[in-house]
This record gives sequence, structure tokens and C-alpha cells, in this order.
Amino acid sequence: MEALIACLIGLMFAAALYLMLSGSLVKFVFGFTLIGNAVNLLIFTAGRLHHVQPPLIPPDRTGLTHAVSNALPQALILTAIVIGFAMITFVLVLLLRTYAHTGTLDVGEASFLDEAAEKEPVSTDQDQTFLVGPS
Amino acid sequence: MRFLPALPILLPMAVALALSLLRDDQRRSHGVALAGAMMHLALAILLLATVLKHEIAVLWVGGWPAPFGICLVADYLSAVMVLITAIINTAVMAYACHDIDPGQVRTGFYPFMQILTAAVCGAFLTGDLFNLYVWFEVMLMASFGLLVMGRNPGRLTGGVKYVTVNLIATLFFITAIGLIYGLTGTLNMADLHAKAAGVENTALLTAAAMLLMVAFGIKAALFPLFFWLPAAYHTLPVPVSAFFAGMLSKVGVYALIRMFTLVFTSNTGFTHTTLMVVAALTMLFGVVGAASQMEIRRILSFHIISQVGYMVLGLALFTPLALAGAIVYLVHHIIVKANLFLVSGLVRHTGGSFNLKTIGGLYKTNGLVAVGFIIPAFALAGFPPLSGFWAKLLIIKACLERQQYTLALLSAAVGLLTVFSMIKIWTEAFWKPAPAEKNSSSIKRPLSPWMLIPVLSLALVTVLLGLCMEPVIQFSMVAAGQLMDPQVYISAVLGGQP
Repeated sequence: MEALIACLIGLMFAAALYLMLSGSLVKFVFGFTLIGNAVNLLIFTAGRLHHVQPPLIPPDRTGLTHAVSNALPQALILTAIVIGFAMITFVLVLLLRTYAHTGTLDVGEASFLDEAAEKEPVSTDQDQTFLVGPS
Repeated sequence: MRFLPALPILLPMAVALALSLLRDDQRRSHGVALAGAMMHLALAILLLATVLKHEIAVLWVGGWPAPFGICLVADYLSAVMVLITAIINTAVMAYACHDIDPGQVRTGFYPFMQILTAAVCGAFLTGDLFNLYVWFEVMLMASFGLLVMGRNPGRLTGGVKYVTVNLIATLFFITAIGLIYGLTGTLNMADLHAKAAGVENTALLTAAAMLLMVAFGIKAALFPLFFWLPAAYHTLPVPVSAFFAGMLSKVGVYALIRMFTLVFTSNTGFTHTTLMVVAALTMLFGVVGAASQMEIRRILSFHIISQVGYMVLGLALFTPLALAGAIVYLVHHIIVKANLFLVSGLVRHTGGSFNLKTIGGLYKTNGLVAVGFIIPAFALAGFPPLSGFWAKLLIIKACLERQQYTLALLSAAVGLLTVFSMIKIWTEAFWKPAPAEKNSSSIKRPLSPWMLIPVLSLALVTVLLGLCMEPVIQFSMVAAGQLMDPQVYISAVLGGQP
């Protein structure tokens, strides 16, 4: 089981790296999402895969009565998922703003590389509301 | 007093909460931020005093037994780093009161800065690897927010570079965490020390160590992973860039020092030799990169890179003297570098631009700014008796003790090239006659004396550090002793049950 999951993780890493290196920032975000999930699977596998019961104590006992699965990796993954979700949201908004200013999300293009080419968007009022939110 | 290690994290969080409610009231925001920063400074001094008395302060958050819960550990190194963070936070807040415009306050400059301070302190104090990851993420989120506010051209493309590279660093970090957990079954750093030494699959452990080295190397801007730093720092608002320049890359250095003294010490022949090569190249490329720049903050950004090389060299040599040198270097560098970035803001204020070609004559018109620049600049270059001289001396002495003569020579040469860059800024911005006014776009504003106070105070700290170096070096030797022989740390963390 571990070997199978390891192959899957490797495959996900490879696909994600390909996406992230492709030079388009939109593909980078997809790659980042994929690689985040691959890492989560890695942590999950690191906690060992066994057919055991969840770590719950029966109501009439004070301790565990049977072999249980490792709950810590799941807690770690949950944290990592939440953080990754926030990061992806932020990156998407940042890319949207960058696209509005530079007109491209291809990292090889001149308007992306040249800082002076970055200009204010047409409507500054809208810009302000976007950054600050309704006040 | 048991909760003292948590307070430097909780206080900025609480202040950030209050500040986010005061976003529309600029004057009260200034006051609350400055008061919060000063309280934070007082707490940091208290923490350092406690650590000096009891050696190590440990707090098991939530009262879970060791090593299952998350713990906060303040040893000598952590305590001094928290104190430096508090000093920089206070100086930056004092400076920001007169530099930040209402728009930035409304966008949330103050809450973001306080969350960033809390996260940096959290990273310094935590004793758990996964918790360190969480603090890194909090730090990233706050820095992202600060990065894209303001109206500087290039902030978005610079921001994209910063964000993508740092996201990749966190991926490396969490992959390493997964591997380490799979190998050892624990993520508590003190517990890892013994468990990592007993791992049979040393190849995989070294692979995890290298993943961590890359992750922290990106944060610390080591060769060849440094290019995001000079691409982003010059687009930031001045107070933000001062805090970033002072603290953020040094959190990476701290994490490297912590992990490669406490956990990964079994295969030093490979890991620490790699660090040594990387450190030497970082020093060299940083200082050479600076030589070709004409924008003040770009020059200073490249110098962050070369200076980080010295600190990592101290770690790579892995002797008590070298580690003490690295700690002195950290303390000296954070203060000096943050100060230089604040001075660059003053130069921009009085001269109208960050570009050295379009400014000049500031020595004549603003003598105090010149004083504020020359002290940290000379300290950075390593002139006696300022703090940088002693820091470099310790590192070079440690090189000679390990018979690394090439590295000693390189350290000295990089110091010389640093002088070249500092003199370039000095002659261009301060000595050369002011160029004739050509572009009307440059805005010269009168200098508020309140903005000079944080700059001159930090310069005073630099001078005092240089003059009273003996206790600082003694303190660093004790801190280095704790790092080289982590038994005290481990027994304090694992033995001291709640």
C-alpha cells in the first residue's frame, strides 16, 4: 500500500513541477495546488498506513482498548490544508492585480520583467476600493 | 511568570487586533502602535533577564505532557533574538508615525506589522518543528499584505517573485517535516535530537536535512536562492523594508542555526561542508552584486545577502567561537541593516530620490542624516571600534582556528568590498554637489526631527555595542555553548513537565 501511494506522490510531484516550471503564472498556481496535495499525502503516509480503528476511547472506558491509527499526521495535514487554501486565495488575487497592471502573466514577457512598464490601472477609485474594501 | 515566553507573541497579536479596529483613526493608530511596541520591548527585556537567571524558560502550551504538546522555549539565543525584534519593532513604529500616509494606515499597515512581529517572535521561541512552519506561514501572510500595499511601481511584479519563491520554500519545508516525522515519529526539536541520531536510514535523514537547508536558505537568501530579495525589497514602503531587511532573512538564519546545531549533527561532514561552500559563495556574490547597483536600497539589499553569508559561515565552521561570532553578527547586523534602510528613507525625504545619480549634497544640507548614515555604514563595513569589526574578527578568528585560510581571506576581502559600496553611497548622496534640478517629479519634503530619533538611537546602540563588546561576546559564548552542547536545552524541555 505504501509503495503504491509513494508512486502516486512521485507522479503528483512530477506533474506539479512541470506545471510550476512552465513559465505561466496561472499554471504555477495549479502546480502549487497539486504539489500541496502531494505533500499532504506524503505526511499522511509518513504516519504509516494500517487497517486499524480510529483513535477513539469508548464511553465506558478510560483508555484505548485496541490498536489505533496515528491521528497526528491528520491534524498536521488539516493545518497544512487550511494554510494552503489561504495561500492559494492570496496568490490568485495577487495575480489578478498583477494582470490588471502589466497585462500579462507570462514571466518571460517584457512587460512583466520591466518594472517601469507597470502602470496604474485606468480607474484609481476602483483600485482604492479593491485594496481597502468598503469603509 | 510561567507564561512569560508566550507574552512576546500574544501582546503584538492583541495590539494588532486593537489596531485593526482603529484603521480609520490615524493619530490613535500611531499612538497605540508605538505604545504596543514599547510594551513589547519591556517584555523582551524581562524575558532576557529571566533567561539570564534560569538559563532556559520553557512553557508547555495547553499543559500537554512532553513531548506531545507544543512548547515555547527561550534559551539565550531565542531571548536575544526576541529582544532585537522588539528593538527594531519600536524603532520602525517610531519612524512610521511620520512616514506612513493615511491610505497605508487604512489598508492595514499597523495590524500587519504587529502580526509580523508576533510571528517572528513565535518562530524564535517555538520548540516544535511544525509550529515553526506555522509561524513561517503567518510571517509570510503578513509580509504579503505589507508587500503589495503602497503605490510604488514594480511592487506587484516584485511581489509575485517574492510570493512564488517563498511558497516554494514552504513546500520544501513541509515536505521535510513529512519525511522527518516518518523517520522519527516526533517533531519536537529537543526530542528529535536523540531520535535523529538513532535513525537507521541516514541517507533519507540527510535528504530531509538538505530539504530544510533549501527551505531556510531561500528565506535567508543564500546563494543561489537569493535573487528574489533584491527584486522585492526596494519596492516596499521604507519602514516595511527596514523591518524586512532587519528581521526576515535572519529568521531563516536562526532556523538554520537551530536545526543544524540541535537536530542534524550526525553527518556534519556533509551538511556543514555544504553550508560552508554556500556561505562563501553567498558572501562573494552578494557583495559583487551590490557593486553594480546605483539605487540605495538595491545596494543595501545585496549587502544583506553578503552579510548573511558571514552568519552561515559561523554556523558552518561549527565551533563554539564561530557560533558565538554568528550570534554577535546577527545582533549587530539586524540593528545596522534596519537602520540603513531607515536612513535610505531619510535620504529619499531630503534628496527626493533613492537613485544615487539624481541626488547629492546632503552632507551640507542635512548633517544629522549624514551622521545617521556613516555610523551604521562603517559598522557594516567592519571598522573598529564599531560592532561589525568585532563580529567579523570573531568569524575570521574561527576560520583561522579551523585552518580555513581561504575563507578567512575571503571574509576580509568581502569586508573591503563592503567599504567600496558604502563609500559609493557616501560620496554620491552626501559629498557630491547636488545635481541641477531637472525633473520636477522628485518631491523634497522637510525633515521632521522625530524621524531622526529612531535612526540616531539605533546608531547610538551600534556605537555602544562596539564600545561595550566584552559582555556581548561573553553572552554569545554562553549562548554558543548552549547550542554546541544541547543537553541543557533537552533536559529543560523534556525533563520539566508541566
